[in-house]
Amino acid sequence: MNSEKSTILEAKNLQVKRGGVSVLDISYLGVPEGEVLCLIGPNGAGKSSLLLALSCLLKSSQGDIIFRGKRVGANYSLSAYRRNLAMVFQEPLLFDTTVFENVAAGLKIRSVNQNEVKRVVEEYLERFGIGHLAKRSARKLSGGEAQRTSLARAFAIRPEIIFLDEPFSSLDAPTRESLMGDLELILHETRTTTIMATHDQMEALRLSDQIAVMSEGRIMQIGPPAEVMNHPVDEFVASFVGTETILTGKVIRRNAGTFSVSVAGREVEAVGDASPGESVILCIRPENVTVSTGFSNEITSARNVFSSVVKKIIPSGAFYKVELDCGFPLVTYVTNHAREDLSMHPGMDITASFKATAIHVIRKKLLSIPGE
Amino acid sequence: MDIIIEGIKQAFILLFTLDPEVIGITWLSLKVSGIATLISLLIGVSVGTIIALTQFPGRRIVISLINTGMGLPPVVVGLFVTIFLWRNGPLGFLEILYTPTAIIIAQAVIATPIVMGISLAAIQNLPANLRLQILALGATRLQMVWILIKEARLPLLAAIMAGFGGVISEVGASIMVGGNIKGYTRVLTTATVMETSKGNFDIAMALGIILLLLAFFINAILTQIQQRERPR
Amino acid sequence: MKRLDRTCLIALIISVMSVVFCALPAIAAQPQQKNIILATTTSTQDSGLLDVLLPIFEKTTGYFVKTIAVGSGQAMAMGQKGEADVLLVHSQEAEKKFMADGYGVNRRLVMHNDFIILGPKSDPAGIKGSRSSIDAFRKIASANAVFMSRGDNSGTHAKEKSVWKAAGINSEGQKWYQQTGLGMGQTLNVAAEKKTYTLADRGTYLALKKNLGLDILAEGDAVLLNIYHVIEVNPTKWPKVNSAGAKAFSDFMVGRQTQDIIRKFGVEKYGSPLFFPDAGKKEDALGK
Repeated sequence: MNSEKSTILEAKNLQVKRGGVSVLDISYLGVPEGEVLCLIGPNGAGKSSLLLALSCLLKSSQGDIIFRGKRVGANYSLSAYRRNLAMVFQEPLLFDTTVFENVAAGLKIRSVNQNEVKRVVEEYLERFGIGHLAKRSARKLSGGEAQRTSLARAFAIRPEIIFLDEPFSSLDAPTRESLMGDLELILHETRTTTIMATHDQMEALRLSDQIAVMSEGRIMQIGPPAEVMNHPVDEFVASFVGTETILTGKVIRRNAGTFSVSVAGREVEAVGDASPGESVILCIRPENVTVSTGFSNEITSARNVFSSVVKKIIPSGAFYKVELDCGFPLVTYVTNHAREDLSMHPGMDITASFKATAIHVIRKKLLSIPGE
Repeated sequence: MDIIIEGIKQAFILLFTLDPEVIGITWLSLKVSGIATLISLLIGVSVGTIIALTQFPGRRIVISLINTGMGLPPVVVGLFVTIFLWRNGPLGFLEILYTPTAIIIAQAVIATPIVMGISLAAIQNLPANLRLQILALGATRLQMVWILIKEARLPLLAAIMAGFGGVISEVGASIMVGGNIKGYTRVLTTATVMETSKGNFDIAMALGIILLLLAFFINAILTQIQQRERPR
Repeated sequence: MKRLDRTCLIALIISVMSVVFCALPAIAAQPQQKNIILATTTSTQDSGLLDVLLPIFEKTTGYFVKTIAVGSGQAMAMGQKGEADVLLVHSQEAEKKFMADGYGVNRRLVMHNDFIILGPKSDPAGIKGSRSSIDAFRKIASANAVFMSRGDNSGTHAKEKSVWKAAGINSEGQKWYQQTGLGMGQTLNVAAEKKTYTLADRGTYLALKKNLGLDILAEGDAVLLNIYHVIEVNPTKWPKVNSAGAKAFSDFMVGRQTQDIIRKFGVEKYGSPLFFPDAGKKEDALGK
């Protein structure tokens, strides 16, 4: 379904200066309609500033925001543009009233009639699993319930673009997990263009179609998750995203206690109970990858054994980082000793193996990967 | 002690027999202080909110001035207003000295900084990102301000009660600009002072008690508004 | 809650408008010529005489009299600044200076009452029965008996000061001389509480007598006469004064009907009149 997607939002020459210091400097950013873009980066990278600048909540020193081809501020007024957006912050920022009234807030701002308000609010309360809290005071909610309310409030407006600024970072893991699932579902159903800032890379991997790595106000790299993770464009991005190998694939078979995933034509076995047809993301840490010059049909406890070619050997402190090509990219670490013993050099054939238990699986709840 | 009992007795007698002069004085007190509080509400809440939400050079100084204004001695206000309003003063042509309007003006000057200062603090106390969140839901500037005011309704109503309390009990300015004219600019506080200076302590006490009842009644209504609508 | 907000807003607007609407007639209904600002003293107002006279005046002439009751000093200051149209005061020396400086016209005698020297029954200075107020004051001073003064530049205070002066006594700063800065009624209450001597006008004393506990110890001296004049503020100095109104009020106060009312005022309630009408008489002929 990789049909021609229009670019719903563009930022050109966007600059924000605070006290003479450049906080944001984006020469170009284009977001295709219906896509989820995640911004990742260290604290102070400018993720929040970019979200605020794109939604025109923060005044930029220069630059243009273009929504559906219309330049905001020229003939297209700021308030008209903002009516197409919604934003959710890290804190729920609810109003001192009931959950129902909170979710209805955006609609009432738009003078939607009472019956319609009731209908839409009840729908979104259900979708976010807080229907039973409708009459509860916002002050009496748990962190998760409050953030659900904030999300419901934003989505009830049916925005064209939704901005999320680290919406899950102040929640505990189980709550985060549950909320992320619901969010994923809604994003898939509504195909709302989403721009989300997060410092949790797993979150980004799971939800996004594109990832942008930011540092000091600039976008260092932007692209599909696997590409950014596996092919970092420079050292900064590389050190930020970490050196795990990220693979995406479809489950083709379910075994006893494990399942097999087709990745670039080869089969990888991982632990879990995913069903055939599911899309998964597999993360393999370099230290879990072993290489040897033995035969690839040796019996080992590692379920995943592949013949591969050494592409690059990079000195990395006490180790050497070795990039392999098994049909899919794979990264491993070796000691100097090992390197010498194996006489490793670029271009040589080598066997790479890793255990099924060493794979960190991220399951996407959708039945298809966007773009396929 | 008997004076207090006498006073309570007198208060009830005056109220139950609907003594016309006392009714008139009470109604005038309510009207004058009510209008003054209303004016201070309109100016105080709007200006206080605007200052809380905008940055401009000299903002700190303006805020200190407002905070100082909260403690303006009413008598000094009365003096200044009198000088402005008397015949040969700059606003003498309006001919409003010794009228209820003059009292309203003086009381509004006293109450406005109080309401403004507390409103300012109330709006500043809201979460920093709330403003952005409201705008991010598609609100216009005006809608945003209205929603912020609603969010701060607890302290804002306290501000109004403080303003009202300040002027319903005020006497120095009211005497100076009003003249305590019988049936025209005599209010509960000025009448109390007059009766006291005449030595009629029981009537003075009665008027004082009526004033307390009036203030309590009004504040009970405002408190009801402040505390309701907060879902359990 | 949007409907409630709208209702609140509408209620607010309606109440503002109705209240302003109520206030407006009051503001508009006072066309300039109809207002007279009468500056007088608190004791005059407290006697209740004006509450009887003014309604009559207002009904027959259609003027609205704004009575501003302050101390004599302030009343005359208002006259000097043209902030009053007519004065009804009782402070001889100050009045004479006022006229000499050209601030007033048509100073006319209206009425008089008298001051009395009050004190505790025990009378530590032994002034009871003195026919001379100067004598009585001297006795009080030499006995170091506490004297409570109003100390507020009122007519009463001015009279009191003139007696001290005539007696050759400098009371200021003396330990037995205390000043309240308060009105007559309050000062009497303080004097009664502390059992001190004081000077008061008969009218206020009669009104408070039954609860006080102070006795009249000396009276009748011509020096203690309290003489009231009505003075119109000079319109040539201050063109904005309502000279027609001032004259009407002045005429009214010396008119026969008013003088009759003054003669009878207080008799029913206190057994003796509070004031003695004197319009037309010569000043020296008073009090005998």
